[in-house]
Amino acid sequence: MKKAYPAALEALFAKNDKVLSMDADLMRAIGTVKLWRDHPDRVIECGIAEANMIGAAAGLSSEGYIPLTHTFAAFASRRVMDQIFMSCAYAKLNVKMIGSDPGVVAQMNGGTHTANEDIAMMRTLPDVTVVEVTDTVALPQILEQAVAQYGTFYIRLPRCAVPRVYAQNARLILGRANVLREGKDVAIFACGIEVSAALDAAELLASEGVEATVMDVFTIQPLDRGAILEAAERTGAVVTAENHSINGGLGSAIAECLGEGCPVPMERVGNLGEFGDVGKLTDLMKRYHLTAKDIAEKARKVLARKQTI
Amino acid sequence: MEKEKKQELLAFAADIRTQVVSMISKVGSGHVGGSLSAADLMACLYGGQMCVDPKNPRWDGRDRIVMSKGHAGPVMYAALALKGFFPMEMLNTLNQPPTQLPSHTDRNRTPGVDMTTGSLGQGASTAAGIALALKLSGKEMYTYLILGDGECQEGQVWEAAGFAAAQKLNRLIAFLDYNGKQLDCEIAETLGGDPAFAQKFAAFGWNVIDVLQGNDVEAIWNAIDQAKTYSGEKPTMVVLHTVKGKGWSEAETQESCHSMSVTVAQAAQAAAEFAQQKR
Repeated sequence: MKKAYPAALEALFAKNDKVLSMDADLMRAIGTVKLWRDHPDRVIECGIAEANMIGAAAGLSSEGYIPLTHTFAAFASRRVMDQIFMSCAYAKLNVKMIGSDPGVVAQMNGGTHTANEDIAMMRTLPDVTVVEVTDTVALPQILEQAVAQYGTFYIRLPRCAVPRVYAQNARLILGRANVLREGKDVAIFACGIEVSAALDAAELLASEGVEATVMDVFTIQPLDRGAILEAAERTGAVVTAENHSINGGLGSAIAECLGEGCPVPMERVGNLGEFGDVGKLTDLMKRYHLTAKDIAEKARKVLARKQTI
Repeated sequence: MEKEKKQELLAFAADIRTQVVSMISKVGSGHVGGSLSAADLMACLYGGQMCVDPKNPRWDGRDRIVMSKGHAGPVMYAALALKGFFPMEMLNTLNQPPTQLPSHTDRNRTPGVDMTTGSLGQGASTAAGIALALKLSGKEMYTYLILGDGECQEGQVWEAAGFAAAQKLNRLIAFLDYNGKQLDCEIAETLGGDPAFAQKFAAFGWNVIDVLQGNDVEAIWNAIDQAKTYSGEKPTMVVLHTVKGKGWSEAETQESCHSMSVTVAQAAQAAAEFAQQKR
């Protein structure tokens, strides 16, 4: 991702002279230092002052610029919530905020830097589009569509290499969940790094004769209610999977949607309401129950519940 | 300053104050103190220093303004209405839905308001962003920012101060309405003594103009002239030593006039006081 992100920005710069990149002293972390050197008039170093970065971005956008701000997800959300609320969302401005290394992807930065609540926070704000990047194919498409659509965006992005989910020619449309695998028994709705885990889980289940639908719900707000309700009706059993707290994130959003529109047995995979910790990604995924095995286990559980109805 | 110009500004300031207290009396209470302390500044900005077109509030060639102490909405609304941005009758709708004049300034509601404010400190950053946008676009217009003194207790103000200096935003002209009081107490009480605003902004890399008579239209006018003739790369901070509730004895003498109740009868008394201040 550290190559894909600056490359995507470079392409946006070439396409739209209003696009700017802003950072709060984490350009070396996200790989945009060369971009800064190459485009000193398009890349703004704001220093370790995230609140000011978000406010300045709002001011720039009020004059027609389209700033993409970056910092770690922890700081892009909880540190600047009020600035996002008032200067961006309430003021109806056009700022695209990138929060990198959410959840367990924070790895060695540990619990202090682990954002398991950012989706929950952003989802309570009116008019804020909340997106999670799945892989390097999704990234440029999501950024391009976010720039093309007026409004405040919060975009979650892992920095590390992540498993490829999409073929090079795959096309993502903002606001539409992507069906990656079709199956009649259970629907797994996932986002971020959990999408590839969900696909692996579907393989495990297939070996047991269970056919799972897997959907990448990369746009968490506004939710693709139609596609979610349709899949829930068709399968009658739902599992959600996210690298985020099960409280307030994708699982909650889908539970709200299904509770009102199609109540079926449902289980959530995600952080169970604990603080994060330092560790390697694979170890943290095991510790916080985010692996393909965890998803498959929840699928079996929800299928058992479905059979008792 | 020519005598006629000064007369005009004094009269404009008195009219602004009259409208501030009048509109607040229509809802019964509001942010009187910090509106009245900034009335003379508003008179200078809208009385000729700021380049605006009341018939075309979003004209691209205008100077921009951010009222970061957003609760002083009434003083901005009074100036805008008197200047012709919207009908005077609209002032009677302050805080009464569906109004275009909410307590705190809102860019999506009020003609002439360039930024939404209210949560203190944020206007410093948004104004810096606007000034940077104008600079990146090669535009010559000024961005005016009005900060409260209590507001400067917010850390974001100082984040923005460093950013504006680093970005060399020399067409950003900020004013600090240093009236010495916040809602609960005097500024000095929360900051452990003299806040030393002029020294602080100078240390942050700003061109600072300290105006001891911050409610004197001539002194403010001259300070803005001085800010405009400054040829360096720094942003400018004009520290205005003002009086909270300035011009209305009832407000000036209260222990706290930040937000106070105002009756229609009191507004009439205040108007009589303001009328005396026109020369």
